Amino acid sequence: MKTTSSNAGAREGRECWAALLALSAREVFERMLGSHLASAPEPFADDEGFDLTSMVGLAGEICGIMTVRCRAESAVLMASKMLGVDAGQAGPEMWDAVGEVCNMIAGNFKNKIAGMGDGCMLSVPTVITGADYTLHALVDSDKIETRLMFEELPLLVSLEVHS
Amino acid sequence: MNNISVLIVDDSSVMRKIIERSLVQAGVSLGQVLGAGNGMEALAMLSQGKVDLILCDINMPVMDGLEFVKQLSSVESAKGIPVVMITTEGSEHHVMQALSAGARGYIRKPFTPDQVREHVLPVLAGRV
Repeated sequence: MKTTSSNAGAREGRECWAALLALSAREVFERMLGSHLASAPEPFADDEGFDLTSMVGLAGEICGIMTVRCRAESAVLMASKMLGVDAGQAGPEMWDAVGEVCNMIAGNFKNKIAGMGDGCMLSVPTVITGADYTLHALVDSDKIETRLMFEELPLLVSLEVHS
Repeated sequence: MNNISVLIVDDSSVMRKIIERSLVQAGVSLGQVLGAGNGMEALAMLSQGKVDLILCDINMPVMDGLEFVKQLSSVESAKGIPVVMITTEGSEHHVMQALSAGARGYIRKPFTPDQVREHVLPVLAGRV
């Protein structure tokens, strides 16, 4: 996936958002999957084999989109851990699982920012399969990313904020 | 807490299964477990049998959880069934809206089985 946007730079008061985004993701994986997320040792390559993208829209005091990108095998593993079943039984649930993970990270993140819990609504999640697409931000936006490792597989959590 | 019939309302089937498992881990002995993907489906399911407890998300298509809880009060057969919200919406405003509408408990996602135990067991015991 490629993204295009005119980066207006970090907005005031958002310096801690990357850390909160990582914390939000870690809490979701620890509480709902029983998994510890490690920090990625180095930046991800352009092609990390990410073939699933889950997206949740935010609207209100901040407008934007939260995305979680991972490999299909990661999504199957997420479903397996969430449901407490073998990976072989979890495949059909992987889209739902990765969508719900993105939804919980977005909700957990906004609940950590003073005043945002009330003033920001979340959309229901959407999951895209495949990597050959471009996400176009149509207005000035800031992009916050956290690169994590889930059971030694790469996981990219991003928040693109339009206001 | 034996043979509790529960209706789980969440648009994610994975989440419905997690909630069901969390109830078992919390020590609730489940009887019939019904699942609905939104508030409208849940209202229709209430006619399918006795329900002792409803666990409900807020953000759902068709009919959200807050609207469902409001409409529940006008359903004669649903009077007295306790509702516990389980949702990513964690603001005090949402909590107050849910409790004002008639919910008896509120659990924020992500949650642990201990939190389910802490919020659901008192409701089933009639202490909330």
